[in-house]
Amino acid sequence: MSLTTARQVMPLSPPDSLAADAEAPSRQKVLIRNVEFYYGAFKALKNVTMPLHDKRVTAFIGPSGCGKSTLLRVLNRIYELYPGQRAGGEVMIDGENVLSPRVDLNLLRARIGMVFQKPTPFPMSIYDNIAFGIRLYEKLPHHELDERVESALRRAALWDEVKDKLRQSGLGLSGGQQQRLCIARAVAVRPEILLLDEPASALDPLSTQRIEELIAELKADYCIAIVTHNMQQAARSSDYTAFMYLGELIEFDETERIFTRPKQKHTEDYITGRFG
Amino acid sequence: MDIYARRRIANGMVMTLSVAATAFGLLWLILVLWTLLENGIASITPALFSQMTPPPGSAGGLLNAIFGSVVMTLIATLIGTPTGILAGTFLAEYSRGSRFGEIVRFINDTLLSAPSIIVGLFVYEIMVVKMGHFSAWAGAVALAIIVVPVVVRTTEDMLHLVPDALREAASALGSPKWKVIVMVSYRAAIQGMVTGVMLAVARIAGETAPLLFTALNNQFWSTNMNGPMANLPVVIFQFAMSPYADWQVLAWGGALLITITVLLLNIGARALASWGTFKQ
Repeated sequence: MSLTTARQVMPLSPPDSLAADAEAPSRQKVLIRNVEFYYGAFKALKNVTMPLHDKRVTAFIGPSGCGKSTLLRVLNRIYELYPGQRAGGEVMIDGENVLSPRVDLNLLRARIGMVFQKPTPFPMSIYDNIAFGIRLYEKLPHHELDERVESALRRAALWDEVKDKLRQSGLGLSGGQQQRLCIARAVAVRPEILLLDEPASALDPLSTQRIEELIAELKADYCIAIVTHNMQQAARSSDYTAFMYLGELIEFDETERIFTRPKQKHTEDYITGRFG
Repeated sequence: MDIYARRRIANGMVMTLSVAATAFGLLWLILVLWTLLENGIASITPALFSQMTPPPGSAGGLLNAIFGSVVMTLIATLIGTPTGILAGTFLAEYSRGSRFGEIVRFINDTLLSAPSIIVGLFVYEIMVVKMGHFSAWAGAVALAIIVVPVVVRTTEDMLHLVPDALREAASALGSPKWKVIVMVSYRAAIQGMVTGVMLAVARIAGETAPLLFTALNNQFWSTNMNGPMANLPVVIFQFAMSPYADWQVLAWGGALLITITVLLLNIGARALASWGTFKQ
């Protein structure tokens, strides 16, 4: 089963026919199939099936508690840190079901970067914040590590602001800088997929704009999934949008279609602000 | 009378009572410290730190007792700190929501408030009786048993203050759990954990009861861990109870010495805690 490519078993009609053809070609990187999720006895996700495309941004929108963050947390199995949380169904990444117990959790997570709502700099220097993840899986000589740290910080548009204080604590940065530090940390380990869980919701408008520009740039190399409460943000920065409600995937389509002519009444009500 | 005036009066009353209660508590503390200083300051001399405990009627110091206290406290800390930190780590990081963890936590809290004389009797039974003699090892073990629950508790509390988001962030990079704990959780909680160890040391520095049944006392200079060893609390106890004036003076000196040490440890712990509490 794991050898079958995700595309072949894709049960939905893929909506990628038109998608931004001017951009780099995209392929299906992740297939979420019949995923369910439980917090103890509470069923937080019900039979969710949808793809995530490589080199594209997929936005998850929906009212609080609809399960969009939960779905993100299933993809890298971070929920397994907590007893009583479990997921069912399949998440195929490049054709391999990563929810299988045989999958090595740490190796899986090393392939999937994650950025959280609140910035989470580690209590160590800016340099070590970035180097932490790299050192986990690679033994690099000093100068190479330095280069990797620099390039990660450049990618996150943070280098110019911190290049003279790499040895200072990451906790001393501003909120927006801390969040970009976390993005740099995530891309430093060269993951294949980036999960962004409301990465800009705690930030001021200017920092938010920087993060969005960053997402647009990172899209060239990664499969990006972003959870957001901000409808404009979803419309601006994503190629695909999934609308979720009460643990169900209501509609998944190209962002342009979701925001101009959604198929479901429910979706339309939500994006026009009639509920939620 | 309007509601605002009533609130002001209630506020004034509560304020007065609180200040009075604080002053009442402080009064005794200050009296104790003052009495100690008044009676003990005269015996804080070079001789106190350079001569052995004397027989009644001759001059001497507390060197052997100071040495014994330092050695036993040190060994107790060396045994108790790693044990306590590892157990606290287990409770905070590994036993989440497990029944076993709850039981361990409950037992630890019981041990935390157990009278130290019970600890002394326990070690007397399992070590002194079995070995057939009092020993400094038994004293150190008794003190270690007091250190462990304090360190377990503070370690667990401090690790609980580390936000889960930080653990998630480290795990999401593919970090194995032990590395998350050592590289991230410990780093975030280190000041609080060190503070806990210092408080535990302060606590055992003045413990008398556990040593009475274990290390007992020794009038002479001894570095033999297998025999009885002098220590400040028991010497103070013995000398203060004696009818000899020069012994009583030495007891005051020893009491002042312990108090100052504990005070410094506490101030050090507080300074450390406020200097770098976890900021997030």
